[in-house]
Amino acid sequence: MTYLPKPKIHHPSLQRNRAGFIRRDYEGAISTLCAGCGHDSISAAIIQACWELDVQPHRVAKISGIGCSSKTPTYFLSASHGFNAVHGRMPSVLTGANLANRELMYLGISGDGDSASIGIGQFVHAIRRGVDMVYIVENNGVYGLTKGQFSATADAGSKSKKGAINNDAPIDMVGMALQLGASFVARGFSGDKAQLVPILKAAMSHKGASFVDVLSPCVAFNNHPGSTKSYDYVREHNHALCRMDFISKRDEITVDYPPGAVREVRQHDGSTLRLRKLPESHDTGDRVAAMNYLHECQARGEIVTGLLYVDPDAPDLHAHLETAPVAFNTLGEDELCPGAVRLESINAALR
Amino acid sequence: MQPTDIRKPDYFHKVVDCQWACPAHTQVPRYIRMIASGRYDDAYLLNWDSNVFPGILGRTCDRPCEPACRRGRVEENNGADVDKSRPEPVAICRLKRVAADNRSEDIEQRMRERLPDPVPGAERFRVACVGAGPSSLAVARDLAPLGYQVTVFEADAKGGGFMRTQVPRFRLPEHVIDEEVGYIFGLGVEFVGNRRIDSMRKLLDENYDAIFVGSGAPRGRDLHAPGRDEAAANIHLGIEWLASVYFGHVKSVGKRVIVLGGGNTAMDCCRSARRLGGDEVKVIVRSGYEEMKASPWEKEDAEHEGVKIINWLNPKSFVHENGKLTGMWFTPMRAEHDANGKRKLLPTGEPDRLIECDEVLIAVGQENAFPWIERDLGLEFDEWGLPKLDKLTLQSTNRKVFFGGDAAFGPKNIIWAVEHGHQAAASIHNLLQGEDVRQRPPPMTNLISQKMGIHEWSYDNDISVDERFVVPWAPKEKTLTNIHQEVELGFDVATAWKEAQRCLNCDVQTVFTKDICIECDACVDVCPMDCISFTTDGDEAELRERLTAPALNLAQDLYIGGPVKTGRVMAKDEDVCLHCGLCAERCPTGAWDMRKFLFAESYAGRGEDYSAKPAHKKVAA
Repeated sequence: MTYLPKPKIHHPSLQRNRAGFIRRDYEGAISTLCAGCGHDSISAAIIQACWELDVQPHRVAKISGIGCSSKTPTYFLSASHGFNAVHGRMPSVLTGANLANRELMYLGISGDGDSASIGIGQFVHAIRRGVDMVYIVENNGVYGLTKGQFSATADAGSKSKKGAINNDAPIDMVGMALQLGASFVARGFSGDKAQLVPILKAAMSHKGASFVDVLSPCVAFNNHPGSTKSYDYVREHNHALCRMDFISKRDEITVDYPPGAVREVRQHDGSTLRLRKLPESHDTGDRVAAMNYLHECQARGEIVTGLLYVDPDAPDLHAHLETAPVAFNTLGEDELCPGAVRLESINAALR
Repeated sequence: MQPTDIRKPDYFHKVVDCQWACPAHTQVPRYIRMIASGRYDDAYLLNWDSNVFPGILGRTCDRPCEPACRRGRVEENNGADVDKSRPEPVAICRLKRVAADNRSEDIEQRMRERLPDPVPGAERFRVACVGAGPSSLAVARDLAPLGYQVTVFEADAKGGGFMRTQVPRFRLPEHVIDEEVGYIFGLGVEFVGNRRIDSMRKLLDENYDAIFVGSGAPRGRDLHAPGRDEAAANIHLGIEWLASVYFGHVKSVGKRVIVLGGGNTAMDCCRSARRLGGDEVKVIVRSGYEEMKASPWEKEDAEHEGVKIINWLNPKSFVHENGKLTGMWFTPMRAEHDANGKRKLLPTGEPDRLIECDEVLIAVGQENAFPWIERDLGLEFDEWGLPKLDKLTLQSTNRKVFFGGDAAFGPKNIIWAVEHGHQAAASIHNLLQGEDVRQRPPPMTNLISQKMGIHEWSYDNDISVDERFVVPWAPKEKTLTNIHQEVELGFDVATAWKEAQRCLNCDVQTVFTKDICIECDACVDVCPMDCISFTTDGDEAELRERLTAPALNLAQDLYIGGPVKTGRVMAKDEDVCLHCGLCAERCPTGAWDMRKFLFAESYAGRGEDYSAKPAHKKVAA
């Protein structure tokens, strides 16, 4: 960690976005994570994405569990709402918040321990319910806060810092998210912001359950030879599906590349995802193909990154439940508490 | 781009903008840190080594360091109220004065302890300095401790030159000059006052081994316009008038005064006139306000005292009634730029303006004059009447004779005069030692890590967000009624500390080691100024455009490190780096380190840092 707060002084050329903020306004406190932690780069990517999307910080709720990753909401969007939940319980707290106020943007910040071990049940159900959120797993394959034991996402055969070999099969959260019905599934790498920032922007604009797995090397405990989640290993085995551009509905869509190499996906909110250099075989609208492709790459020892699957028109939890179209805090007492007569009729219907 | 070779002393020296801009390359951030830690003597002596007159310059320097100061750039578009707050450099000059104001009584003793060792045999050589201004005194300061017999000749009774006679006392009290000139004479320099050298031939006949001419540019340029001769009684040349004020020959001035000219002499004239009875003092300048030669702060100070600055008026004639000056006619002017961008002043065509006045001070420039140098001594002059000199050595075409200060290349300022003195002294030393006069020992440089612990540095890297502090002034009622009352009172110690904290420690360099970088982006993410990028290589112009923040200040270098493992390069824009060290704090491998860069110019007879002499290592910080 660093003892000093980051100086307030910023580069003279920083521009204000449409919300009236410079990028630095989306920062939080200075990180107390280890120097070089991939999580800090993810925080920086979230800051960049929020600034580029003209996000109003007070319209964001960042919710996390326990772990290095779950500490990071302190380090970005200091003007947003936040809730640091119990270990592995971020998804249910987020779901509850989302039901009460569907108008905020929900960032669920979790890690491989918080989501793939203690919280895997919560993860599974939040995804399958289609909660409108951006679920970010900062995935480093180890329990960093307890000094580097293998986590559930550690690859079989990978070596710990002390030399132990992991014999357990890894949980592939991207594969699970695809299978569980997430309507936006992507994987990024903390060391490649050029890819990560557009992914996050697209995920933030996506309505429905967005799942983003971000490989984030643990410099202290998982960045050695033999690790499969080190900076070097990920760089060597990264199979980037695509370079993605995110085009908000306001931006002009210009074409400056040969057609055929690009696929455009129009999202529900009018924004467009432009995917470049997709392999011919991959169709981001085909869930089964995405799962197959993911597993093929995995079998080849490649780490596939980029946008794997998106369903721009997927319904979310509120659609499933036919909830009120507005946030609870905008409803009056009469609507929130319809009275004894209405209760009586509901009860009668259940008899 | 080629990776940056940080072994070249110029690279990091240039990053220390203030030191790079100072003609004498004073180690500014280092002395500011000394002031912050209350080491006033060390700060004073570090200054004294480079610029010889810390107390004088702390009040009067043209401060080329301040426009160069990085602080002025980083504050741009920052601050709570962007529209109101104005980017300002660190008050470097006024901090220098703090060191002088707070130095201890026995400073002269400490000065002597740190002098270089004498050169055996140097006492055989005699060196004459003509004029006791800053350049001559700097030559004497550099040569006397080495053992040379230095004699300084001066037409006035006391040493100091224009610093004494032209700079008004309300800017520079006389005791400051007495002390700092006294230190030099105290080094065993022979001072011959009241002796004007009126013949170079005679001086050469006295068989000095070397002669240094530091006689200044003593002639004020006149303005020959109709009425000049008739009204001569009320028209004065600025520098002569200022000298007369100093000597007490002039004690009052008319109520309405016009000062012609836009330089610092004009500012001294108008402010002196305000103190001697001038109620309505106007500075009238041919060109625009911005392009006036006077330093911005001197213009502000003059205006603060009620002086009116009127621009775009060209003097046409003096109006008088039977020899009594009553006013001046001016022609309104405008600027026009030709195809080559060269500016020309042209009349606007508007009717001429009459401005009434009782007295006129002409401060439109100074000229060099060498009537005392015979032209058959092998000492050649150029078409402008200036001596032909080697720009580095300041040696004239007579190998024994050197020039410096305003006498060398025309009017400049004190700090340039001092630097000329250093260079001339080095040349004279070489000449007398039988070495190549052009030879210069390399500067002493050093680059030392400041790491003290995981997140501790041996410099204060907490960046102050304070805006520049204002130096307190004596009340106007006092300053405008007494020409000897110093206007600026200097920072008190508490304010000086706060102002010192605004310094960004630009000499503590960010040093990048490519082989241990793991490209985790931690430095990129934490850098408050977006200075650092890892990107594919390219040529400079194109690379500058696509960095994390565009690097559009071409005067500032890109620091290129790499290639790193992925084949990319690290490109750091030096322009607005705060030297906060967060890149190094967040670097997991130590690929970034904060290292203090020391650059000390080598003066005559020394190739090492003055205050880091082995016996005094404790001084280095």
